[in-house]
Amino acid sequence: MIEMKNKTPLLFIIAALLALLLGVFFGLFASLQYIIPDFLKEYIPFHKMRPFHVTTVISWIILCVTGSIYFFITHIEKLSLYSKKLSKLHFVVFIITAIGIYVSFLSGKMEGREYLSYTPILTIPILFGWILFGVNYYKTIAKNVKNWSVYYWMWATGIVFMIYHLCEAHFWLIPGFRERFITDMAVQWKSYGSFVGSWNMLVYGTAIYLMSKIKRDSNLAHGKMVFFFYFLGLTNLMFGWAHHTYIIPMQPWIRYVAYGVSMTEWIVLGHIIYSWIKSLSIKDKQEYCMVYRFLKAADFWVFINIILALLFSIPAINFFTHGTHITVAHSMGTTIGINTTILMASVFFIVQKILPSFKTTTLFIKRSYYLFNIMLFLFFCTLLYAGVIKSNWMYFTKDIHFSEMQDSLFTTYIAFFVFGLGLAISITTLSLTLFKALFKVLKSN
Amino acid sequence: MFLRYRIIIIVLITLFAVYNICIYSTKESSTFIKLSSQAVSGQQLWQENNCWSCHQIYGLGGYLGPDLTNVISHPSKGSQYVKAFLNSGIKSMPKFNFSEEEKNAIVSYLKHIDSTGYYPNYNAVFKPTGWVELKYKYNDRNEK
Repeated sequence: MIEMKNKTPLLFIIAALLALLLGVFFGLFASLQYIIPDFLKEYIPFHKMRPFHVTTVISWIILCVTGSIYFFITHIEKLSLYSKKLSKLHFVVFIITAIGIYVSFLSGKMEGREYLSYTPILTIPILFGWILFGVNYYKTIAKNVKNWSVYYWMWATGIVFMIYHLCEAHFWLIPGFRERFITDMAVQWKSYGSFVGSWNMLVYGTAIYLMSKIKRDSNLAHGKMVFFFYFLGLTNLMFGWAHHTYIIPMQPWIRYVAYGVSMTEWIVLGHIIYSWIKSLSIKDKQEYCMVYRFLKAADFWVFINIILALLFSIPAINFFTHGTHITVAHSMGTTIGINTTILMASVFFIVQKILPSFKTTTLFIKRSYYLFNIMLFLFFCTLLYAGVIKSNWMYFTKDIHFSEMQDSLFTTYIAFFVFGLGLAISITTLSLTLFKALFKVLKSN
Repeated sequence: MFLRYRIIIIVLITLFAVYNICIYSTKESSTFIKLSSQAVSGQQLWQENNCWSCHQIYGLGGYLGPDLTNVISHPSKGSQYVKAFLNSGIKSMPKFNFSEEEKNAIVSYLKHIDSTGYYPNYNAVFKPTGWVELKYKYNDRNEK
């Protein structure tokens, strides 16, 4: 077991795992309300439960990737952090804000909008936390690293764009801006699209970091090709958001730009297929078995999700998928299939580094891993099916009420709940195992 | 190489800045209507009560309830229909104790949304390139 002088990265990860567990259970309760509309309606109806779920699972991604980055730069790269105090302050600010968000939800003060529904004043400490992280990160890397690997670029741009898009998501607070309904709505969804793009920069940077460490190949993070994909991803983050809003009657040029930029992702897909076929001959690295497995799972989910995203970036397809559960399937595939698998790989990697005696190849962990992927795949397929039914109702049926269409999906929603439950069980078992290991390190230090 | 990457980043950020300015300042249409103060109050109530958790506007929002973009102009729905649901609630939707003034504000907000366009856009035109030409409501108003 290694001795850790600065335990802040571990605290971030422990808080993240706690958020994951809570978020998953909020999601389960919310999905139950699709089947039993009166379930908890008196106490916490769906419209109040959903913000708990959404905000908590976003916190899982943010806290875990932040803790991972702090850990990698200080404990693996052995760089001297510009300020340990700033990292501690960053953690304290985020935790106090998280408590503030729950208080805001419990007291019914939800003046914000979808995904950021807490009272908007709480965005100030969140921004402050990101600025602290940005300063600490930049000062540490700029001082100690000369030839930046692609993941250093990705983390840096992820932090900067996170700050920018968090501000942009609150432009509606400017009175003159919110009066222009269509522009306001377009900018709101622009910011959300790029906000996800920003955290993807942080998470994908983490994936490249892990791959280069497992393969012990620094070229993986330095080659021209990897930088080409980084810039392509950045271009999509900046300009590719509008496929979320094709249907909003905004100026056509915005939609043209988005259509053009989104189509560049076909290059990414082509590359994934090429590298995947190439890597088939590479044997599992026994040393980082679970890390490698989760990264392989992420590879599969990237493949599936990019096909889906590319298809509905074509306006003629988007027309039928927009506003249906197919969009939810995509976001679940991204946040659970890609983000969560990469972050699970990251936590397994960290645990193996700080506690080498920790066994990751137990049958229990392996079973949980398979359960996670199988349940997620079924969950994903259920959403696609529900999306097809809704799209058919919207465009190819007449005089059928919304409630009748929803009732026809009753069995699908039961399946949705059952697969969600399976997913929750697998996430719980994996998280609790990791929790135990992290607490052991914390206690012994 | 490091310098080259920096230059690419600077070029991208400059393009991004110009692009953002265009988006923030562009007018959505030649006859666009601003939200009235009553509609802004309605929007505030919409947010405070998380209506977006279940309902959609232009297909964006939750999936438990129906899309409300054109609920006001729908031949068999309209303002009274909306108010009735706010009064009684249904299935997962709780009964909201809104005052008449608050209900009018929500209706006013939905009326404004309705005036901005169509969703679903049934009369959109599909092009062989995969492009979809949307039917704009303000064009219909201008034609009339």
